[in-house]
Amino acid sequence: MIINQIAVFLENRSGRICEFARVLKDANINIQTMNIADTSEYGILRAITDDNEKAIRVLKENGFNTASTDLIGFQVADKPGEMHKVLQLLDQEKINISYLYSYAQVGSNTAAILLKVDSPDLAIRLLTHNGVKSF
Amino acid sequence: MTKYFNPKMECMAKEEKYLLQSERLRIVVKRVFENVKWYREKMLNIGVYPEDINTIDDIEKLPFTEKHDLRDNYPFGSFAVPKKQIVRVHASSGTTGKLTVVGYTKKDIEDWAECCARGLYSVGAGEDSTIHIAYGYGLFTGGLGMHYGGELIGATVVPASSGNTPRQIMLINDFSADTLCCTPSYAIHMAEEALKLGLNPKNFPLKYGIFGAEPWSEEMRRQIQELYSLKAYDIYGLSEISGPGVATECEHQCGPHVQDDFFYPEIIDSVTEKQVKNGEKGELVFTTLSKEGMPLIRYRTRDISSIISEPCACGRTSVRLSKITGRYDDMMIVRGVNVFPSQIESALVGCDSQVSSKFMVVLNRVNNLDTMDIEVELLPGVAFDEIKSVQLLTQKVHSVVTSAIGVSANIKLVSNGTFKYIEGEKVKKVKDNRKI
Repeated sequence: MIINQIAVFLENRSGRICEFARVLKDANINIQTMNIADTSEYGILRAITDDNEKAIRVLKENGFNTASTDLIGFQVADKPGEMHKVLQLLDQEKINISYLYSYAQVGSNTAAILLKVDSPDLAIRLLTHNGVKSF
Repeated sequence: MTKYFNPKMECMAKEEKYLLQSERLRIVVKRVFENVKWYREKMLNIGVYPEDINTIDDIEKLPFTEKHDLRDNYPFGSFAVPKKQIVRVHASSGTTGKLTVVGYTKKDIEDWAECCARGLYSVGAGEDSTIHIAYGYGLFTGGLGMHYGGELIGATVVPASSGNTPRQIMLINDFSADTLCCTPSYAIHMAEEALKLGLNPKNFPLKYGIFGAEPWSEEMRRQIQELYSLKAYDIYGLSEISGPGVATECEHQCGPHVQDDFFYPEIIDSVTEKQVKNGEKGELVFTTLSKEGMPLIRYRTRDISSIISEPCACGRTSVRLSKITGRYDDMMIVRGVNVFPSQIESALVGCDSQVSSKFMVVLNRVNNLDTMDIEVELLPGVAFDEIKSVQLLTQKVHSVVTSAIGVSANIKLVSNGTFKYIEGEKVKKVKDNRKI
């Protein structure tokens, strides 16, 4: 399934991440996932919220360069070998992964995997065909 | 059809202009010699007297005036008339803290207004125009200078001054302004803000943009003309000489026409202090030919330009200035290479549709080596979710900027809105942290 994500460019300046969170708080938007890819001079913060459209609007108004990106999401059992199974399937079809993040879903014995790949439609068909549950 | 505000002066034959300039120079030198103690001492030091000055060609015999002369004689030591004849003062702030003060008599204000009026006519504005002035009003000469020029031609003047961009956008549209006066960087900023508000600046009623108070490039002119439906004209001026309107472009956009019956320009080599050959680049020097309050002889502007003496298609006989390409004061020496902020700015304008021309240079010295970081603002709406896209853009900006300035700089992209350009004011674009 396609899952929308926001991505924010953050130059390396103290207080920028906190400012990001403040803007969402003031707009009463809930952050569901958030992670940062960092370099020495800037980072890209990626997040999923309960209202991405509104989040992008308020972030832009507050001077954040913000992108909207579609990811694909899957749910697997929270046990050894599950990540490998997904990656191996993608590898066999030579589907490139730009980035990936995953988290365990507390209390349900399942884990979520979110990916950005170069051919999302093919990846969804391939994984669901092989019994990986779409998110 | 070309309209002249003062055809007699603007289209005067060269020989006649020469005689007029010579006569005015004789008078102004005498007045300064008699009334300004520090300049008289400069002349006496090199043994030059007013009677040595006969024609405008004798100007080279005269000593220069520099900004520090004005600061050293703060506040009123450079005035050539008793203070009761001064009807207005302006002042510009300097990086050293002390203000440079200028004083005007009633006639000086009238002459200055005429210069601005001639400039407004030369771009096409007239009595039916509505002129929106977004230069700061106050001690800065930008606002009031154009204001008086606008009133003199009988136009409707909107003294918007600086600040509150959404309100400026509203006023321009609601009052149907056809003429906009501000800094070129503010014109771009205002267009970006309008786009953020969902308004297309192309639909604004503006026809003429008169931009100055900072160096700008042909690339910026193109960018402004693409953003708006107006033609962008260059205006030159500085408070020491009077203010905006010392020189303004005509409809042909081929370099500002100097009001050379009022101000005599020279280009000198800033090191040898000799006049350069006709048409060569160097430091722009001005002599005020008819000012009463604070006449200045051979004032070194620190601006870099050249003089174009070929006749212009508009019929005006005045000399023109080539685009000011930088200021000696802004010049950075980075690892032995001379770099001007204006070079970086024009490289950025033509570089990529994802970056703006707003930037900040940060210079440091690490292990006796200069480092140059250039922080470049992204345009609004530009976004990334992958590091590699940022890297690609950074590399592109790096290669364009480096080839423009001839020295390698570390490019750091920053979010849109990082640099708060204060409307109507000159922008600081360099932070030099080097301890030399």
